[in-house]
Amino acid sequence: MDKMPKWADVVLIPLISLALAAILSALVILGIGEDPVAAVKLMVDGALGSTYGWGYTLYYATNFMFTGLAVAVAAHAGLFNIGGEGQAMLGGLGVALICLLIPWPHWSLALVFAALGAGLFGAAWAAIPAYLQARRGSHIVITTIMFNFIAAAVLNYVLVNVLRPEGSMDPATERFPEAVHLPSLHELLAPIGISFSKSAPANVSLLVAMGACLFVWLLIWRTPLGYEIRSLGKSEPGARYAGISPVRTIMIAMLISGALAGMMAVNNVMGEAERLVLNATEGAGFIGIAVALMGRNHPFGVFLAAILFGFLYQGGAELALWTTIPRELIVVIQALVILFTGALDNMVRMPLEKIFLAVRKGQR
Amino acid sequence: MEFLTIIQLLDSTVRLATPLLLACLAGLYSERAGIFDIGLEGKMLMAAFFSAAAAAVTGNVWLGLLAGIGSSLLLAGLHGVASITFRGNQLISGVAINFLAAGLTVLIAQDWFQQGGRTPSLFGGGRFAGWEWPFAIGPQDAAETGTSVSRLMAEANPLQQVYSELISGHSVLVYIAFLAVPATWWVLFRTRFGLRLRAVGENPAAVDTAGVSVTGLRYGAVMICGLLCGIAGAYLATALQAGFVKDMTAGRGFIALAALIFAKWRPWHAMGACLLFGLLQAVALRFQNIEMGGITIPVQAMDALPYVLTVVILAGFVGRAVPPRAGGEPYVKER
Repeated sequence: MDKMPKWADVVLIPLISLALAAILSALVILGIGEDPVAAVKLMVDGALGSTYGWGYTLYYATNFMFTGLAVAVAAHAGLFNIGGEGQAMLGGLGVALICLLIPWPHWSLALVFAALGAGLFGAAWAAIPAYLQARRGSHIVITTIMFNFIAAAVLNYVLVNVLRPEGSMDPATERFPEAVHLPSLHELLAPIGISFSKSAPANVSLLVAMGACLFVWLLIWRTPLGYEIRSLGKSEPGARYAGISPVRTIMIAMLISGALAGMMAVNNVMGEAERLVLNATEGAGFIGIAVALMGRNHPFGVFLAAILFGFLYQGGAELALWTTIPRELIVVIQALVILFTGALDNMVRMPLEKIFLAVRKGQR
Repeated sequence: MEFLTIIQLLDSTVRLATPLLLACLAGLYSERAGIFDIGLEGKMLMAAFFSAAAAAVTGNVWLGLLAGIGSSLLLAGLHGVASITFRGNQLISGVAINFLAAGLTVLIAQDWFQQGGRTPSLFGGGRFAGWEWPFAIGPQDAAETGTSVSRLMAEANPLQQVYSELISGHSVLVYIAFLAVPATWWVLFRTRFGLRLRAVGENPAAVDTAGVSVTGLRYGAVMICGLLCGIAGAYLATALQAGFVKDMTAGRGFIALAALIFAKWRPWHAMGACLLFGLLQAVALRFQNIEMGGITIPVQAMDALPYVLTVVILAGFVGRAVPPRAGGEPYVKER
């Protein structure tokens, strides 16, 4: 059977799915008695109309790049890592411990070690579900869901009973020292003469996230390990026949995935809040699923999808601020994106394949 | 611990286990037919909102129940279309349904009631009241003797305490949930429909060869799942609590999923697992930190215990949990 051209698979199908999600979202906005055109205008203005808006959009996008990459790497190995949320929470714990326990001389050194710590904690949290999947065949989706809840309980315990400063009622750590303050985009861009909003939280972690995109691209398509991961994802018997150890590959893929999810904490814990609070992840682990699906598990696609979701997040916040539309509109849009690009993929693909087939027959 | 305290703890165990049990049985039908469903949470949440909203508007809790079931069935249909007709990834579809419910409920609630994403509080006919059994101690006796129910209960003999506190006084949905256990066992293991439903989760090709519609059976199972999730959600919003609040399912759909694995996809064991998890919730609600032999067990450990136990079961350390063989796989007819 003839296949579709690659550009249709990579560009056309996601665009149609996205358009369907957008149309339905517009209908939802109409349904609650608001004007979708005005809403979109407000979102674009609020998220992209000023460097303040861009600062928030890029801040959210940084979170989503990490979690999106985490889901994508696991997906290449044929694993659905739904535990990004828990891994990111534990990553936050790693960042907090490193920033609070060690007196760092300069932020750059602190950043390197905080990223390592976050990655290590995230990877450790992914290691148990990975081991259980590889060795004992426990379904990784279920175990990672369970580990999300366990992570929430662990973090709750640690923040309430261990890391909470004396006399504070708030379940949060104390503020990180001034030395580990990560420069914001304002501080980074001011020396080269670009004025960027001072109060937006986007910071140097954005560059780390972009570096992570590049790293994942190199890893998946330019290294033997990436080849092994992709072969395992395509066919386990085939990979086994080629001498690839499924156990080893599953472990490595999940450890990298968990580390990427954990490294999100560099942005939200170290770069923005500068202390660890309860529910610091704000669902970014789950948004990673939508980002990876939309980006077709390709780092460049993840990069673009993360910015789109950053825009949705910031735009949605502006909507909630200026209209009566609650922030949960973003959750609905996110659900529709996951639904159309993930679960209902064949609904778009099947008729499109028929059209391409018919056109080709017509040409002959 | 006093005897009455234990009985009261068991009483709240039953109340907390009921939504878990309904959702767990819902997942049981779906997964036995080969359709994984991590969207139990979303369907429950949607039903909780629409049952509370309809009950608030009409003042009739039965209409609320119907609205809840209807909304849950719609989401179940969506799951069916995605995972059966279009052979999409069942797990991704479930994730989407959870988000759809989490977002839509707050969005619609805000639009209808303008109370920050919740429904007005329900009272009177808008709620499922407890069923007072004959000879049980209830509000009526309290009014006649001029004392409080808790006082009368404390003075009653142990048998009467068990009868009045634990067995009597629940809403009708609690009894439905516990009757659904033998009913499910009977349907799955004693009827032709149940045999085929289980077969379609193990080997759909064989069912297809026998001339039975795989698609039809799977849709049937998914819809039964929607029905039960609808009752579970309505119970949350109109019986356990008086109205809908944002994210009120609070992970119960996932605990139900955990209970299903714990029970290894069997109805009676599902009841046992849900009662166990309900007991854990009841204990965590009643006692914040538990002293045991000089060691304090923090409340967070009790919260996490169902999930930890499930991972242990899944790992096969306490007997192996083998899911239906064709679970998660869309069925493609051979040509």
